[in-house]
Amino acid sequence: MTPGSLRVLNSEDVWDAKTELQGKFKRDPLVPITRTSYIPERDADKTPILECIDLGITFGGLKAVDNFNMTIGRTEIAGLIGPNGAGKTTIFNLLTKVYQPTHGTILLDGKDIAGMSTAHVNRAGIARTFQNIRLFHNQTVLDNVLIGLHNEMDYGMGGAILRLPGYWRAEKIARARAMEYLSLFHLEDHAEEPAGSLPYGAQRRLEIARALATNPSLLLLDEPAAGMNPSETAELMENIARIRDTFHIAVLLIEHDMSLVMNICEGIVVLNFGRIIAKGSPDDIRTDPKVIEAYLGRKGGKSL
Amino acid sequence: MNAKKYLKDAKSDLFTYAGVIIAFIVISILKANGGLNRSQTGLLVPICCYIVMAVSLNLTVGILGDLSLGHAGFMSVGAFSGVITAMSLMNVIPSAPLRLALAMIVGAFFAAVIGFLIGIPVLRLTGDYLAIVTLAFGEIIKELITCLLVGVDADGLHIIFNASGSKTAADLNLLEGGRVIIKGAQGATGTKTIASFTAGFILIMITLVIVQNLIRSRHGRAIMAVRDNRIAAEAVGIPVTKYKMMAFVTSAALAGAAGALFGLNYSNLAATKFDFNTSILVLVFVVLGGLGNIWGSIIATVILYILPEALRGFASYRMLIYAIVLIVVMLTTNNPTLKIWREELREKLSKKNGKEAKDA
Repeated sequence: MTPGSLRVLNSEDVWDAKTELQGKFKRDPLVPITRTSYIPERDADKTPILECIDLGITFGGLKAVDNFNMTIGRTEIAGLIGPNGAGKTTIFNLLTKVYQPTHGTILLDGKDIAGMSTAHVNRAGIARTFQNIRLFHNQTVLDNVLIGLHNEMDYGMGGAILRLPGYWRAEKIARARAMEYLSLFHLEDHAEEPAGSLPYGAQRRLEIARALATNPSLLLLDEPAAGMNPSETAELMENIARIRDTFHIAVLLIEHDMSLVMNICEGIVVLNFGRIIAKGSPDDIRTDPKVIEAYLGRKGGKSL
Repeated sequence: MNAKKYLKDAKSDLFTYAGVIIAFIVISILKANGGLNRSQTGLLVPICCYIVMAVSLNLTVGILGDLSLGHAGFMSVGAFSGVITAMSLMNVIPSAPLRLALAMIVGAFFAAVIGFLIGIPVLRLTGDYLAIVTLAFGEIIKELITCLLVGVDADGLHIIFNASGSKTAADLNLLEGGRVIIKGAQGATGTKTIASFTAGFILIMITLVIVQNLIRSRHGRAIMAVRDNRIAAEAVGIPVTKYKMMAFVTSAALAGAAGALFGLNYSNLAATKFDFNTSILVLVFVVLGGLGNIWGSIIATVILYILPEALRGFASYRMLIYAIVLIVVMLTTNNPTLKIWREELREKLSKKNGKEAKDA
């Protein structure tokens, strides 16, 4: 920076400016605006990992999601629940830019992700799993995780074809790391099997391992417990908590299994017809009349 | 556990290299000792070209999973740019192998450029739509080359794009001692044939190294991820367009190199040689050899290219028998019962080998 580019003011100048302007403009002291979102106390002094501000998407005139506001703390396990067709997966698709939002802003770690592609959003720090499992079925379990580690390796096409030292180094490290992710989910013994041949529960675990391999700061899980029996669900709950504790990341999950949601989620957002109807801790949600109405319906027209 | 797959991959790659090298040595010895007749020797270079074509198309169809019906178009770009290079440098570079190598590099380059340009619109599409658009581009390339008039003299290259069809080679206004390289619809004429079997072998080996090493890298895994599940690939941070383009352009470049070799194997070669039928022929090699199976592509190419020649004895029934063989092979390789049977056989064999290894 050249010395001339800095305009140095001495204190008298500032004082003059102040006294001159005083009384000319009406100026109020700033106050914090009312936050409609909550994050766990331990994350309160850090930038939230995700902030959705007035997010919405319209499909041919139909407002699939409207006025969606949500904040997730850096190490929070958050839940997104609601009846079928409420727009939960649409929210995931908005966050990962599978759909482009019609309006609103998504801040990831304080940075706007507008204009990013799905792949770019992943590199910025959001990883997800899918409601209907989307593995690379023909490839091995290990290769699935290695594909997740794609952006962690740095050799180019030339390095790959000529097998330069960088190739061997990166591949060796990636393989070791992939095995670590697999062993976190007790999949290390199946490393060489095709991913499609795994039992259902193991496929769900592999999908989480693959998502984690992309080194996210926010993990989105779309119905991770779907099709699992109670003991598998219990194991899944432990896994999710362990992911948060091991990697210090935030988790947002969509789930219909209320025991899972109420047990591990800290903040919960309830969605119905594309709009948020309730927000808060599991205890708040459990007793919220609007939530009960959305799930069970109103009784015989009588008010609750 | 981890090392096992690694070894298995490396083993199957080495098996492919070894197979090609052994075949090359055996054929070279046969050739030197007069074990091959004239028509058989004439097949060697085209077979090499088609092997490279099949392996490179396998990268697009088998590994990337996009059905391309315009592969002959890239071969044609490579063939004619290669022929122009080799012919115009005839006086500058006297060494034929060097000129051939240069022609293949230039052919690969131009095919890659065309592949990239075509890839921009084409790779936005998928499935049947992509297949039909590549088919159209293949035909466009063929028609464009039919309009070319190219000659060389002391001043350098003379190129006329003869869209109206009214011009002839005389319009090139070549100086004394100039040569016409491409004569429009007649294609390349009077080409000095410098292609050799050894060059074909080297090209196959380079192709195998490129394709196999690419597949076993993060790039290859990314390409296969795009094929297996595009949405999931995007979700794990893989730039889909980049990898589709990488596979498509690499495939086009290799086809271009094969084309250059092919072009320099014939003294006369018309652009109509590289039509839809050639694209389909190569696609048949790939499908029959197994999508994504490199070794399969090589074997299928060799067998299916020799078969029509070998069946000459059947005279007019030749193509009928060829078609029947195709159908039978297709049915048997994809028959579930036979597949299971083959798997069992392989397991038995590997168990036996394992036992022997333990005993020893």
